[in-house]
Amino acid sequence: MGDLGWIFISTLLINNFVLAYFLGLCPFLGVSGKLETSFRLGLATIFVMVITALCAWILNTYILIYAPYLRLISFIVVIASVVQLIEMAIKKLSPALFRALGIFLPLITTNCAILGLAIFATNKGYGLWQGLVYALGAGCGFTLAIVLMAGLREEVEMSNVPTMVKGIAFNLIVSGILSMAFMGFAGLFSAG
Amino acid sequence: MAKSEKQAYDEFIKGVWRENPVFVQVLGMCPMLAVTNSAINGVAMGMATFFVLMGSSFLVSLLKNLIPKQVRISCFIIIIATFVTVVDYVLLATLPGIHKELGAFIPLIVANCLILGRQEAFASRNTIRMALADALGMAAGFLFALVALGGIREILGEGKLFGISLFGDNFEPWVIMILPPGGFITLGLMLLFFNWLEEKKKKLDAQVAATEGSDL
Amino acid sequence: MSEEKQAAAEAGEPSSNRLVGTLAVAGLLSGIIIITVYLATFDTIKENKARELREAVFRVLPGVDKMQRFLHKEGALVVSHVEEKGEKPIYGGYDKAGKFVGYAIPNAGPGFQDTVSVLYGYKPAERVVVGMWILDSRETPGLGDKIYKDAEFVANFDHLSVDPKIVAVKKGRKAKPNEVDAITGATISSKAVVRIINEGNERWLPKLSKPGLEPALEKVEATPEKAEAEK
Repeated sequence: MGDLGWIFISTLLINNFVLAYFLGLCPFLGVSGKLETSFRLGLATIFVMVITALCAWILNTYILIYAPYLRLISFIVVIASVVQLIEMAIKKLSPALFRALGIFLPLITTNCAILGLAIFATNKGYGLWQGLVYALGAGCGFTLAIVLMAGLREEVEMSNVPTMVKGIAFNLIVSGILSMAFMGFAGLFSAG
Repeated sequence: MAKSEKQAYDEFIKGVWRENPVFVQVLGMCPMLAVTNSAINGVAMGMATFFVLMGSSFLVSLLKNLIPKQVRISCFIIIIATFVTVVDYVLLATLPGIHKELGAFIPLIVANCLILGRQEAFASRNTIRMALADALGMAAGFLFALVALGGIREILGEGKLFGISLFGDNFEPWVIMILPPGGFITLGLMLLFFNWLEEKKKKLDAQVAATEGSDL
Repeated sequence: MSEEKQAAAEAGEPSSNRLVGTLAVAGLLSGIIIITVYLATFDTIKENKARELREAVFRVLPGVDKMQRFLHKEGALVVSHVEEKGEKPIYGGYDKAGKFVGYAIPNAGPGFQDTVSVLYGYKPAERVVVGMWILDSRETPGLGDKIYKDAEFVANFDHLSVDPKIVAVKKGRKAKPNEVDAITGATISSKAVVRIINEGNERWLPKLSKPGLEPALEKVEATPEKAEAEK
């Protein structure tokens, strides 16, 4: 249990996917303009990440032990197809949910955070539960980071930023400060 | 012939400077920031990306008439993933130390939008020669950006460049530079610098245009 | 090709057979390339990994010349030759004459930043840790990474008593044989290393064979190992 707790806290705060591993930067910088949109993107990401962890575990346990060299290709193909299938299923079963989260799904599937999750979980040798908790932590961490970022950016909208600084350069520097703040979480689990 | 030579050269220069994938197009940030805590890692990542981009562009351009439009993206991804897997194994066999440093970020080259972007926007529509020139330029531009970023971070963060100590013992390294926040901030400042250059150039152009106008 | 299909192809709409065919061919080609490279690099990669492990084991167990893998099965340590998934092995080190020297025990746990993997050497006869090596960590450069870069800290783990358990104390206060001088500015990382070793001891010490009754060095395994080491 302590192990699962460490995995969750570690990926949520200490080794945040966006702020410590730079995974999923494209949506992080691209979609963090509005608080509400980024929150929904975050939820969709958590969902896809959990699915990914499940797929990765199934592939690793049943197929890739015989053919480790196909790991990368099979991850890409299987994750993309499964997410696409789920997207179709959601569209059919719950149009409301689809309107809220569905539009983000294709965007997320091609995101390096998803592939990164599958690869990191494999490299760390996680089992099913560890993998799922890892995915949950990573997804929540992504949501936390993007929501914080969106909040900051909404505030900045009101202030007078020189035109030259506006845009990605500014967002990167803000992310740097956010990342620095997150460094304060290091040691959270091992103190004492 | 001379004309095509010039065109190819233009494509190359475009990638290195005018449309630099990192500083101007802001693509491929994920592998870019994660591994550039030293110049040598930047070189390694840059070379890996270089190989994948050249190989994929060559194949895509060679096969462009055979691949149906509807499945082109899937084919591109299969081609790219193949090259990445090859790089991964070759690095693991030949340079295990570097492979350990770059770790899981080598397979993540697949998700670098720069590579897929070049296939879709350029290699699948141009001759092999042009595609190679374009890939060479973009890869060189990417390599340049990685090494620049890695170099700056290593100099400030460790007082070294390519592992060679620069300042002697009295230098107190800014450890933050080789940690994640340093990556964000350095890239942010470098983009700022490129924006500034752009702005200055625009002003200069406007001035030139104005003086030319008055001459007439 | 039927007329319909031909018409479709002329209209720029390839048949679904062709789409599937293209993907299949692409997959097949990519598979062949990948398998070729995998087979070509397999031996080198395996050798690299084995060498890395051997170097680590030799580093934490001074005076060791040969090693073999142990697994804990049905209440006893047994020598294992094939890697199985999900198993947690330890390693036994033997000197030139084939006499048992000590165990090299790997363990991992949370550090300051991320999981830290430690390999440490243990001599059951004297109940001491004789060496420590960090296999993998992402501790802060300049501070936490001293757990393997600082020779003084690493030297703490030479002849370190495990009774009652290892304790990290403030730098310069090391007095008893079971105490470790923590690194100034990296107390948490130092304590993490100590805790990981203590946890490893808790898990493994009761499972080890009685001193003097360790599994003997198996000749069959030792020969290729040694040949590789001499290469």
